[in-house]
Amino acid sequence: MPIKIEKAAAGRGIFARVKAISGIDISACLQCRKCTNGCPVSGFTSSSPSEIIKKLQLGAGEELLDSELIWTCASCATCFSRCPMEINMAEVIDALRVMAEARGAAKPEGNAPLMNRLLLGTIKRFGRTYDLGAMALYKAGTASYGKDLDKLPTILKKRKIALLPPHGADRKTVKRIFNNLEKTREKPT
Amino acid sequence: MTYAYFPGCSAESTARDLYLSTLAVARALGIGFAEPEGWSCCGTTMAHQVDHDLSLSLAAANLLKVRDMGLDMAVSCASCYSRMKIANHEIAANAHKREIVAAALGRDYDGTVRVRHFVEIVIEDMGLDAFKKALTHSLGGLKVASYYGCLMVRPPEVAGLDDPENPVYLDRLIEAMGGVGLDWPHKVECCGGSLTLTRSDLVVKLSESILAMAKDSGAECLAVACPMCQINLDMRQEDIFKATGRRYGMPIIYISQLMGLCLGVPEDALGLDKLIVSPRAAMYHIRSSVRS
Repeated sequence: MPIKIEKAAAGRGIFARVKAISGIDISACLQCRKCTNGCPVSGFTSSSPSEIIKKLQLGAGEELLDSELIWTCASCATCFSRCPMEINMAEVIDALRVMAEARGAAKPEGNAPLMNRLLLGTIKRFGRTYDLGAMALYKAGTASYGKDLDKLPTILKKRKIALLPPHGADRKTVKRIFNNLEKTREKPT
Repeated sequence: MTYAYFPGCSAESTARDLYLSTLAVARALGIGFAEPEGWSCCGTTMAHQVDHDLSLSLAAANLLKVRDMGLDMAVSCASCYSRMKIANHEIAANAHKREIVAAALGRDYDGTVRVRHFVEIVIEDMGLDAFKKALTHSLGGLKVASYYGCLMVRPPEVAGLDDPENPVYLDRLIEAMGGVGLDWPHKVECCGGSLTLTRSDLVVKLSESILAMAKDSGAECLAVACPMCQINLDMRQEDIFKATGRRYGMPIIYISQLMGLCLGVPEDALGLDKLIVSPRAAMYHIRSSVRS
């Protein structure tokens, strides 16, 4: 299948930014497609790892940040493990996630960015993840209360999730990490 | 043998059973565990998707606590294991990253605290012969599909635990306990665990292919070491039934729970009641196979 990119996007490619954020050089890609053949989700997704790399090489622009794979990627790293050129595609996907978020709140199906933000919020506050708290807010944010509700009786009966927020973490250190990194980010680069 | 044991957030919530059984097995085997005081989240699985430096720093904060204890770090959660190893790898190899982490933490870390998975400690430090001597029960020929998932084996130069395509560590423990470690092709296929809340539609498909392959291979249960794989493969069997009409009834048991049963640890100290698909049949097998 031929890989095409929009002509208008050429010249405003995001190749260099992906490299700057991830530290990964994708120019070595041979298009052998081992990544795509091993990818557990690309069969159910409209984009594949090797296709995203090729598009980056051809000079694709920000439209690439709408690729479905960015948010269906399970971070399993099979792509990287099998790549003969040792390209860490999992980290390239992470860089694309960061860029998609920076462009404006990305809202893909299932809204994984919201879940990520909420879970990180609990770490910043408690020093450890508070999954039930993040899940409740996620369900409110995505209006998906009904989803997985059938599992609630079993989860509660078997006490498979902590009801109260975690305590005991060195919250001072965790807060310092978040604050220091936020400060560095604010500095113009 | 004493290690700084890092429980990880799931130990207090969704993987209490992994935590309890790991502690019980360590106690039975005479492996000393000291918990780093004030341990905090390692940043998995969302920090690396949002901010790479944050994910390195959150892991490094805990590695520094372990450095102060002068011990190796022991981990039972596959996900924490992976994040700690990745942080070590990048901080040791990349001076720029090391500086960023030092600035975030207010303290330098060189990436050299040894991170060990619990099964690695039993196999390498204790040795399978000593482990076998401690057993009171046998798996009695139970056919076990050991399932490693992603995080214990990938990326290979970081995880370094075992062969990334055909790992055998869990199988070696299963064989040592008198079970059959099945040779099956989906040991390291991804179950989609990190998408379980956001894209359960995909997760049902990925999980079913693993369960179907295990069943076709003759498995009586799956042995796992990752909290995300466990809850995902266990809990989604009901969704798979609703979507496809196929019921697998495959128990998804932590390797530490199987070890505990074979070491004669009481059931309630292993958190077996937390498993959704009942492990009764497998447990009956073990309980009736007392070693002479």
